[in-house]
Amino acid sequence: MSGNEQVATEPPGALAPPERHVEELERVVIRFVGDSGDGMQLTGSEFSRVIARAGNAFATHPDYPSEIRAPTGTLFGVSGFQIQFAANRVFTSGDAPDVLVAMNPAALKTNLGELARGSVLLVNSGAFTAANLARAGYASNPLEDGSLDSYRLIAVDISLLTARALAGSGLSKKEADRCKNYFALGLMLCLFGRPIEGEIADVAERFAHIPRFAEANVTALRAGYGFAEASELFASTFEVRAAPPQPGTYRSITGNQATALGFVAASELSATPLFLGSYPITPATDILHELTTLRNFNITTFQAEDEIAGICSAIGAAWGGHLALTTTSGPGMALKTEALGLVTMLELPLVIVNVQRAGPSTGLPTKTEQADLLQALYGRHGECPIPVIAARSPADCFDAALEACRIAVKYMTPVILLTDGGIANAAEPWRVPDVASLPRIEVKYRTEADGFAPYARDEFLARPWVTPGTPGMEHRIGGLEKDFLSGNLSHDAQNHQRMVEVRAAKVAGIAAELPPLVVDGPDAGELLVVGWGSTWGAIAEARRQAEAAGIAVAHLHLRHLNPLPADLDEILARYRTILVPELNLGQLSRLLRERCLREVQTLHKVQGRPFRVSEILARIKAISAGAEHE
Amino acid sequence: MNDRLDCSKESVAVSLTRKDFESEQDVRWCPGCGDYSLLAQIQKLLPQLGIARENFAFVSGIGCSSRFPYYMDTYGMHAIHGRAPAVASGLKLARPELSVWVVTGDGDALAIGGNHFIHAIRRNIGLKIVLLNNRIYGLTKGQFSPTTELGEKTKTSPYGNIDRPFSAAALALGAGATFVARVVDTDLAQLGPILARAAAHPGTAFVEVLQNCIVFNDGAYAALTDKKQRDELRLVLEHGQPLRFGSNGERGIRLAGLRPEIVSVAGAPGVPEGEGVALSELAVHDESDPHGSLAFLLAQFAAPEFPLPLGIFRAVAAPAFEDMNAAIEDTARQQRGAGDLASLLAGGDTWTVA
Ligand code: SF4
Repeated sequence: MSGNEQVATEPPGALAPPERHVEELERVVIRFVGDSGDGMQLTGSEFSRVIARAGNAFATHPDYPSEIRAPTGTLFGVSGFQIQFAANRVFTSGDAPDVLVAMNPAALKTNLGELARGSVLLVNSGAFTAANLARAGYASNPLEDGSLDSYRLIAVDISLLTARALAGSGLSKKEADRCKNYFALGLMLCLFGRPIEGEIADVAERFAHIPRFAEANVTALRAGYGFAEASELFASTFEVRAAPPQPGTYRSITGNQATALGFVAASELSATPLFLGSYPITPATDILHELTTLRNFNITTFQAEDEIAGICSAIGAAWGGHLALTTTSGPGMALKTEALGLVTMLELPLVIVNVQRAGPSTGLPTKTEQADLLQALYGRHGECPIPVIAARSPADCFDAALEACRIAVKYMTPVILLTDGGIANAAEPWRVPDVASLPRIEVKYRTEADGFAPYARDEFLARPWVTPGTPGMEHRIGGLEKDFLSGNLSHDAQNHQRMVEVRAAKVAGIAAELPPLVVDGPDAGELLVVGWGSTWGAIAEARRQAEAAGIAVAHLHLRHLNPLPADLDEILARYRTILVPELNLGQLSRLLRERCLREVQTLHKVQGRPFRVSEILARIKAISAGAEHE
Repeated sequence: MNDRLDCSKESVAVSLTRKDFESEQDVRWCPGCGDYSLLAQIQKLLPQLGIARENFAFVSGIGCSSRFPYYMDTYGMHAIHGRAPAVASGLKLARPELSVWVVTGDGDALAIGGNHFIHAIRRNIGLKIVLLNNRIYGLTKGQFSPTTELGEKTKTSPYGNIDRPFSAAALALGAGATFVARVVDTDLAQLGPILARAAAHPGTAFVEVLQNCIVFNDGAYAALTDKKQRDELRLVLEHGQPLRFGSNGERGIRLAGLRPEIVSVAGAPGVPEGEGVALSELAVHDESDPHGSLAFLLAQFAAPEFPLPLGIFRAVAAPAFEDMNAAIEDTARQQRGAGDLASLLAGGDTWTVA
């Protein structure tokens, strides 16, 4: 590497740094990539915290391999974390990065293709050894062969500099090497002109249980920052101003955290104990982790022997009067199917969370997809209607969880809540709600034995919730068809039809109380983009950019997928073209065609990744251009 | 716990009778089915337990035996095939004060529901699991089950069964069961007391009832119940007593290391002078043995090599899962304080925008 003047290992001395050029940007996308063991997820989330504290809006997207520790230096072991931050609203973690931080050749190789020419490329030259280059399939060192000339390449021997900074710390070579992500973080904080004091305090707190690591990481962080400053590593630094959002207390939250907190809130707001029966599965397990630590609330968590026991234990707890949940992802959802039929017959409240991942089968377990929508609606034997709702962003998972619980207890029904790997692990700022402002959830157990019939229904067609232990109302429920009123076994032909119809009518009836749909953009015209779930951010941003480019386009995002809202048909009828971007082959599109008897266009993507704004924008522009030519 | 869910055993002011536990549903088992006997015994037992009727819950899966909850005037759930232990576990965790029973069969518990069966037992959760073992699938009309004997002809083994059966008791013991018993459906003298012991056992109590399916596997236990032969074919387990069988107790089980062998008992009627081994050489049954290795050996006994053991294999004390679960809640509250929603939501790394 000698002879390459871009490769820096030494600060040029203790001269006071001259004034440097500061580029002001509206928004920036940074991607951190490295080996699975390089701590990129941690670096990324630490960086997000710094950004958050400064009052910038942001959205993140982690992208990691399914192997816990893939062999070092390999292409498939690359782990990444992307963040977009901006002055005010941020809808997605961004498309292509403006800054790529690559910790080794494999990370460079797998990500360089997405980096626009002229962008900043920060690499750890110390990892560009012959062995790592060979593992990544490089015939020559890209740092030296001129192949990176069109980027703003900044090569720093992070490995060596971290080792030097930690010489004498008492850490082994291997341990010291693990601190290099904090060195890299220091470099980035300097590049974006962010102070490091807050971060230093955080690191000290995070590693308080292992003081020598706390100290070492702080040392590495300072060293990185100091090195960048002293060496004038960056010809110019960036500034992204923060425009203060709505006043309040904010925190960074991932989708899985927000889901878990939503359920805790539902339990507290309904004064009903929470029960989670679950079996570990990527990417849903974090919800189980979160709730398991919160046992000081009125929460029972049960790590079941399998997915089936996860839902069946929750059914038992729901029968016992708890607000019951089970959490899973696609393959686990398939295993729970039979029990979904049972709970539909039992008419007990239950929330099933499917954090969707790319399938079928094991598929791409750590990657995102939205291909379980039709499974959620129809994937059962018999006529088995279940309400389905979806969360649209990490923070929105909180509201979605509350809504799922509300419907479940009001209508005495299972409810499927769809999120996905994209929003489950992604983070965004969340304005912490005032508990007093959250809506109460009413839970009624029937204790009045007089006039009791297990399947008598209220005005919403919900049957009473009577838990074992209530005197004078002992009765039997089960998966066999029941008499319309008494709930006793009934093989009567007319009764079966009546029961099938009433179960369907109960779920369909939810549509009557859904709030009016809200359309962003013109309320009639050429194009309406309809989305559901995690595509919200990309669609919203694409719409904003289209509008800025003079294209009128509207956006409608659906929370409720079953039943679909009553005013949907009328809204769709106001637009000439309906476009549905989906991370599947067109599942909502199918539902809309069937519902509204009209053509809709699908923009599909099944690459295990969220939409890029540019992909949706391009389609909007094409539709708009086509309309002009007509 | 929500106070509306509170129900305590004190509410048993009126004394209950067997009639109080009979539901108005017509019992639909075939006349002569062994399931009737269990139903009668349970209906007789429950009023004696001092538990209010509303605090009993019966959960079942699918199969002839799983119709059981419909016939009990208690809370009941007829769930799905094999999953009753999982449903019951959720109920017991949510409502530990309830007396939760699982009634199951050999197909339900040991084939499709094998996983839930062993894991409920492994956790020692407070369920009473009663398995009606008729060694056949009854409801689907006569296919072999995991306990059907080798060579037996059934609808799905017309040339003789090649599916090696296993012992439900051994499986339960292998899963770490703290209470395991086996009893014949018609043996009322043993059935009632064993069910009473199971009801009183903290943690999972497993009772295997050898049940005659009069339609599809009639006579599966005929020899065991036949007065002329049964003493030779069964080994009644009595705590603290040497393992003896035969009409005059003339035979017994001795251990040669870990290998059990059948010996004649010296001095017993019918044993010639000078033959047999001293009574003191016989293995002594100890249901409370913490290691349970003898219980496991006994659970493997099968005809024709050995007599079939009946009675309580094992009854040992161990913490019940629901109690440990409650202790976790206490620990969490001690460590983190009572949960407060507002501070939870505002927890973690927050920043304020004025
Ligand atoms: S088929 Fe057999 S097990 Fe089933 S009810 Fe009839 S006799 Fe009993």
